[in-house]
Formats: sequence, C-alpha cells, structure tokens
Amino acid sequence: MAKIEESATTEQVTTEQRIITVQDAKIPEGPLAEKWTRYKSSQKLVNPANKRRLDVIVVGTGLAGASAAASLAEMGFNVLNFCIQDSPRRAHSIAAQGGINAAKNYQNDGDSIYRLFYDTIKGGDYRAREANVYRLAEVSNDIIDQCVAQGVPFAREYGGLLDNRSFGGAQVSRTFYAKGQTGQQLLLGAYSALSRQIGKGSVKLFPRYEMMDVVIVDGRARGIIARNLVTGKLERFSAHAVVVGTGGYGNAFFLSTNAMASNGSAAIQMYKKGAYFANPAYAQIHPTCIPVHGDYQSKLTLMSESLRNDGRIWVPKKKEDAEAIRAGKLKPTEIKEEDRDYYLERRYPAFGNLVPRDVASRAAKERCDAGYGVGNTGLAVYLDFSDAIKRLGEDVVRARYGNLFQMYEKIVDDNPYKTPMMIYPAIHYTMGGIWVDYELQTSVKGLFCIGEANFSDHGANRLGASALMQGLADGYFILPYTIQNYLADQIQVPRLSTDAPEFLEALKAVDEKINKLMKIQGERSVDSIHRELGLVMWDFVGMGRTKEGLETALERIKEIRNEFWNKVYIPGKSQDFNVELEKAIRLADFIEIGELMARDALMREESCGGHFREEYQTPDGEALRNDEDFSFASCWKYTGEGKEPELWKEPLEYEFVKRQQRNYKA
Amino acid sequence: MEKSINLTLKVWRQASPTAKGKFETYSLKNISTDASFLEMMDILNEQLVKEHKEPVAFDHDCREGICGMCSLYINGHPHGPDGEITTCQLHMRNFHDGQTITIEPWRSAAFPVIKDLVVDRGAFDKIIQAGGFVSVNTGGVPDGNAIPIPKDKADEAMDAASCIGCGACVAACKNGSAMLFLSAKVSQLALLPQGKVEAARRAKAMVAKMDELGFGNCTNTGACEAECPKNVSLSNIARLNREFLKAKFKD
Ligand SMILES: Cc1cc2nc3c(=O)[nH]c(=O)nc-3n(C[C@H](O)[C@H](O)[C@H](O)COP(=O)(O)OP(=O)(O)OC[C@H]3O[C@@H](n4cnc5c(N)ncnc54)[C@H](O)[C@@H]3O)c2cc1C
Ligand code: SF4
Ligand code: FES
Repeated sequence: MAKIEESATTEQVTTEQRIITVQDAKIPEGPLAEKWTRYKSSQKLVNPANKRRLDVIVVGTGLAGASAAASLAEMGFNVLNFCIQDSPRRAHSIAAQGGINAAKNYQNDGDSIYRLFYDTIKGGDYRAREANVYRLAEVSNDIIDQCVAQGVPFAREYGGLLDNRSFGGAQVSRTFYAKGQTGQQLLLGAYSALSRQIGKGSVKLFPRYEMMDVVIVDGRARGIIARNLVTGKLERFSAHAVVVGTGGYGNAFFLSTNAMASNGSAAIQMYKKGAYFANPAYAQIHPTCIPVHGDYQSKLTLMSESLRNDGRIWVPKKKEDAEAIRAGKLKPTEIKEEDRDYYLERRYPAFGNLVPRDVASRAAKERCDAGYGVGNTGLAVYLDFSDAIKRLGEDVVRARYGNLFQMYEKIVDDNPYKTPMMIYPAIHYTMGGIWVDYELQTSVKGLFCIGEANFSDHGANRLGASALMQGLADGYFILPYTIQNYLADQIQVPRLSTDAPEFLEALKAVDEKINKLMKIQGERSVDSIHRELGLVMWDFVGMGRTKEGLETALERIKEIRNEFWNKVYIPGKSQDFNVELEKAIRLADFIEIGELMARDALMREESCGGHFREEYQTPDGEALRNDEDFSFASCWKYTGEGKEPELWKEPLEYEFVKRQQRNYKA
Repeated sequence: MEKSINLTLKVWRQASPTAKGKFETYSLKNISTDASFLEMMDILNEQLVKEHKEPVAFDHDCREGICGMCSLYINGHPHGPDGEITTCQLHMRNFHDGQTITIEPWRSAAFPVIKDLVVDRGAFDKIIQAGGFVSVNTGGVPDGNAIPIPKDKADEAMDAASCIGCGACVAACKNGSAMLFLSAKVSQLALLPQGKVEAARRAKAMVAKMDELGFGNCTNTGACEAECPKNVSLSNIARLNREFLKAKFKD
C-alpha cells in the first residue's frame, strides 16, 4: 500500500469529523437482498387525492428525466419538465448505441441479480455503495419488461425471444439491444410514455429552457430559475420538490463523445446551493472512439463497445511497421498475422478484447506512447473485423454493426469491411456527480438527482450498458417511490408563489451573472477558451494523472478562468436567442468542474477504475488501489467563491463483497 | 485524401419569427475536406464572432446522426447532397473548390422559423402526444419474453422506429405532409403485439392531430422517402392507410 504523505496527516485531523455516515446515506438495515423490499414496505406514501396537490419539477428528459417525469405523472403528481433541446426526444441518451444490462439470465449462462451486482461493484473497482448497486441489479429486470410493454423493438432471435450480447467486464451475455441504437429506442419508449402524460395534461413540458439555478426556501429546494432559450428571458418556477437529471459533465474536456449541449451547469448550481459534489475525478475514457482528425474538430464519435464482441484490437509488433504506416507507406492489411500484436488478448487472456473500458483505454495509450500507434498522428490502434467476417460472413457482421460501420465510413472515408477501423480513447462518461443518499436525495432537502448527473452506482468505473440501466432504474423504479417518502410530509405545504423573495433574489443573481458576461466584450470566442480548457483536462486530468500534472492543471485552470472572465466576447443581446451566451454560461461552470476534477484527482493518492495516478501502479502497470486510506466517496462541499471547498468522506464499508485486486487476466 | 477548398456560402438570416429574412453571402477559405458540414459552420461562426458579428443560429446536438436536431436545407436538399445521412454527418469532401453553397432552414407552414436556420418542430411532438404510444403505466407489465415476436416483425418494427424525427420528410414534400414521420410510428407499434391492441385508434388520433396542425396532404410523390436520412420506407404509409381505414370502418 502506498504511504500517506506527511502533509496529509495534518489535514487528516480537520477532515476527521467530516464523515457522512450510513445513517446520513439512509441505507436501510438488513441483508443486502432485503434492503429495498424493506424500504418500500416501510416508506411513507402519498395518497391519490394528495398527489394532485403536489408539484414536482423534473429537469432533463434523458432516460432518467423522461422516465421519472412520466412515472410521477402516471401516479398523479403534477409535473413540470424541462429540457434544452427543442424536443424531449433529443436528449443525449438518444445517442447510446450498444445496449442495456439486465440480470434476466435468459441465456442460461449463470447470470443472476447477485452476479450483476458483483460485476458492477468489481467493475467500479470497489468504490460504489453496495446497497445502491444491489438495488440497481434488482430492478434491472423490470426495466426490460417495461420497455417491451412500451413497444421498444429489442433485437430478437428466430424463436421470437429476446436476444443478448456480451459487453466488457462480464463473462455472461446480459446485454439487451436494439441494433446499434439502443439508447434511441429506450429513450423513444420513455418519450412516448412522457408524451402520453403531456397529452393528458399531467406533465407540462418546457422545451428550449435551461435551468439557471435552484431556489432554496427555508433550507428546502422549492423551485428553479430557468432561461427561455428562444426569448432569452429568465423565468421562475416553483414546486414541492425538484428532481435533476441533467446528465454528465464530460464536455469539460471540450472534445468528448457527449452531445454538444451536454453540460455540468445544473450540477454546479446544486453544488453552490449546498449539495455535495462527489468523486468528480472519476471520469471514463472510452477505448473505442474515432481518433481526432483536425484542430477544427467539434466532437468525438464513439464506436460502440459492442464492436469488441467481434473486432480484435491490435497494433504492429514491430516499430518499423508502425512508422511505415504513419508515413503512409504501408497498409494495415499488408501486415502479416505474426507481425500483429493483439495486445489485449496477450495481456488479458481471460477477458481478451472484452476487458473493462479503463483497462482497454490505458492499454491503447501504453502502446501508442511506446511508439506503436498508427494513423497519421500515431494516436490510434486498429479494431479489426477480418476474422469475424471470415468466420460469420459479411452479412452477419453487417446485420450486427451495419449502422456503426456506415457512421465510421461517412466520417473517415474508409471502408471498415475492407481495412481495419482506427480507434483511440476519448472521454465519454462521468461516474462522479452530485452526491445522493439511498433515496436519491442530495444533501439539500427536496432536491433529488438521478441518472448520470448523480454519483451513485458505478464507483470509479462504469461497465458498458449500465448507464442506460441506471438512468431508467432511477426514473421508472426508484425515484417515484423514494420521493414520496419526502413528499408525504409536504402535503400541507401550499403552492409557493414565485414572487417570494427567495425567487426574486435567485433571479437577480442569475441576471447579474449574465450581465457581467455580456459586458466583458473581450476578443476571445467561447469555443477558443473551451478548447484550451479541454487540452489541459486531456493532458493532465485524463488517462494518466500525476501529482505534478494535476498541480499544473490547477494553475492552468486558474489562468483560464481569468482569461474567460476578462477576455470572452459574446455578441448579440442577452434577451434573445443567443447561442454564444448559452455556451459561455456553460463554460463558466465547466471551468469550476475542471478545477474540482483536478482537485479530487490530486487528493486521491491511489489508482482505481478510471482514475489512474501513475505513481500508484502495480509492477505490470495495473491500477493499484489503496483501500486502507481511500475507501471512501469524496464529497466536496462548496464554501464560497474563491474559497477552497471542504472534503467530506462517505466511508465505503463492504459488508457483503470481499474486496480484491481486480483481475481480468485469469 | 485531405485537401482544402474555398467556398461561397449563401445563408438565410432571419432575426426572429416575425422578422423578414434574407440571404447573406460569406466567403470561407481553406476548409478541410475532412471537416464535417457543421464544423464548417463552426468555422464560419468563429469568423463572424471575430468580426463582432452575430453568428448564424442553427440546431444541432449529437453530431452523429441520431438526435434529429440538425436540420439544414443545403443546395435544395434537406440534409444536403449525400444520401442516407443527416446534416451533421455530411462532410466537406462532398463539395468542390470554388462552389457556392446555399443554406436554408426547413421551409414548411407547420415548422415556423425561430431564428436564422432554426425552426420550431413542436408540431411533431404534438402528433406523438395524440397517440404515438402504448397506453401502459410503469410497473405491472408481463415478462419481456412472455410474448414471442417473430424476428422479421421485430426487425421491421425496428426499421420503422429508426425515424429520428428530424422533419426532412416534411421539408422535402411540396405539400408539407408529415405522413412519413407519422406512419413510421404507427407502423412500429402496429407491427408489435404490444402496440397492436390500440393500432386503429392510434392511427386515427394521430392523423387528426396532423391535419389540425397545418401539415399538408400526402399525394404520394415519394420525395420524403428519397430525402429521409434513415431510409424510412414509403411502405409505412401504406400500413398507416390500412390502420386508418380499419378505424374508419369501426366508426
Ligand atoms: C455516444 C454514447 C454512447 C453511449 N452508449 C451507451 C450504451 O450503449 N449503454 C449504456 O448503458 N450507456 C451508454 N452511454 C451512456 C448513457 O447514454 C448516458 O449516461 C445516459 O444516457 C445519461 O442519461 P441521463 O438521463 O442521465 O442524461 P442525458 O440523456 O444526458 O439527458 C440530460 C437531459 O437534461 C437536459 N438538461 C441538461 N442541462 C440542463 C439544464 N441546465 N436545464 C434544462 N435541461 C437540462 C438535457 O436537455 C437532457 O434532456 C453512452 C453515452 C454516449 C455519449
Ligand atoms: S421519417 Fe425520415 S425524414 Fe421524416 S422525420 Fe423521420 S427520419 Fe426524418
Ligand atoms: S446533430 Fe444530432 S442528428 Fe445531427
């Protein structure tokens, strides 16, 4: 185990009392498999007549937000639902390709709720809360049933039953899919349920609205300030509870696989109003993305992990060959079988090309750093389907991955049926997020957080096909229950007027911030500063992190913040459709998030999951956890502008699983 | 092979829904043919911001052909000249040096312009709200494998379900009809046992809503299918008509 540095000991004393206990996290007592059932049988419920009197704001219409809004409205609550895009159907969840996990064991390959739970805990490198993860595995099966009932066209076998595929980090086949468009189909399912409620008038939809702040009255979340993106006007909305499902903050890196409007602003708003921001450093770098091609690049495109079922990853064995390829003198198809290094199969014989994402990403980086990378930049490896095509025929490969191959060809102008794809890791998902208790409530009463925006179930690394599962678990099957335990005490609270001073104050603060931004009138575009931030994040807070690098990042981010608040130029008016202003508001928050990520990564002197500190690795280059000192969720508490946040710790006690060094070799 | 080209852009600019719009001409130099069309638009906007002018507003989000947000009418084609792709998947290698590119918003009575190239497609959501769902609540549904579905039916439903709701079909149609979009949803659900139950009722409700929202009639020109980035097939319209007739018979 790594030694604690001397400087840490003094800090230890002050952070000692800052502990979030099992009681704070509201984890029910009892055996793992009974916790959720016990919770549900003893929680408070709201009766139908009272439900009509209660309003719930749901921000976000991704898998988490749409499923929550629809389910709450079906139960009888009045729901106000917000999203940035012109339609709820366009939330970023739409882009998920590969699939969704569930413990159905339809394949009879030994799967079970316990195994899905265990794989998720292990995949997350023992940095997630046992009780939450078990519950996730428990409700996973209901999700599949629900989606089938909604008419989601999952892939089927010839006998008419549901088909499955395998994903990284698992030895069973438990991933349900709809071609390469699983996220689209699941979201359209949730969107249809939501649309049904909108049609009935039980959900009021606010598309092209962006949440700007959460309003706190007497210590409870009672509403939001949102900006109408068409008129630019700020508006106030009140409710008995606020649910935030605004997705992840991967776009802090500028280039990521996230959609352009994905952002971390709602998370920062909640953080500044007292919610803990937990494990910000845990970000996932996905191994199979199309490599960067030019400095005008606006985003990165993911090639689904499902491709690793049939594609084999390799680089040339000989440096000369790699150099010749980079110089354009050699083609990959000209390299003989014995001169190829299938490095994942070599290093991890048991899991081969299906090791978890963090492991696959680091292995690609290792090969490229060592000089074996391909493509004209040397920052790419091959994902080769020639064996699969030989084995299964081109038609089968086309049926499985046709849309992904087409996507690749349109971007790269290369035919992956003939030459291997080129891929490289890119930032994809953020495991960190707003801290929530077992009820998915943040540390602010009445403020709930669901989906990728919260920190809950994936620990330090998320397994493929588990984000869709978590988003829908939160929205369909968990929050609609747990929120009632809170709302049951709110039935006497009358609808709050948005003229209350707290609303006016919150609105004024947002207005002032916007005016401040508009007044800068400097010379730099928002994107040019965002790109700069992204490079710092990628270089120092990316796949390989070091103490020096993270300190540099913190310095550089300070400079970028300065540059932004003094030099940014936003054209147009604030009370108008103003895309540059939207981007500037989000960038201001990405800068805060970048800083939190670097701070958290610096604090965590161990390697676990997606967080790899180069100082802490095993002799053969694997992540070296330090359970003695770092078996906790790091929860950052805002203490005021320009001040250092406080670190609170939620210790992770493993009652049911025995912790091990992750091993994907044997 | 990557090279760069110079372009003249004629872009529709319109300050607000009620303002009068007009084309503005811009010239762009050294655009890499490996750049995507929207990256080219980013470069234009970066240039405009540098000149302290207002950038061109256009819708986009996923930039990988799935969210259906991007919606540019390029040289007379929704989503541009290349086939089976959305605007965001279009690459500059489809254009040549010195070319003039005309960029307009979707033009349709049911999709009013909000600003520049951004239109309001809320009418599509309203059509879905009228019936584009299976009437089930969360919970209490049968096991996913309780009802086997023949693979070919499931695949056909999936093909219909791949509609991204972009509205290119409406923009391509001289009548501004939403039939391809609507029929894709009706087909998907009618093909599956779960959706079959209310298929006729659904078709009727959705068509009535479409008529109410100011979309035009379908005269089978097939322009929608030709421009649809997701290959949604005209056969869906035939299926919709069957469901619609069934509903009429029932009345
Ligand atoms: C390319 C790609 C492929 C993926 N593939 C898979 C996969 O195969 N399997 C898997 O399990 N996971 C996958 N993931 C991860 C998964 O898609 C996401 O984690 C998940 O969809 C997030 O859902 P969500 O509901 O939490 O948030 P999102 O879908 O991101 O939705 C966020 C919502 O919040 C709204 N919003 C955001 N900020 C504001 C604001 N301030 N005000 C108002 N509204 C706001 C947005 O408009 C949107 O409606 C993939 C991710 C990517 C990027
Ligand atoms: S049918 Fe095709 S063109 Fe029409 S909305 Fe759907 S995807 Fe777009
Ligand atoms: S931006 Fe999503 S489809 Fe084009």
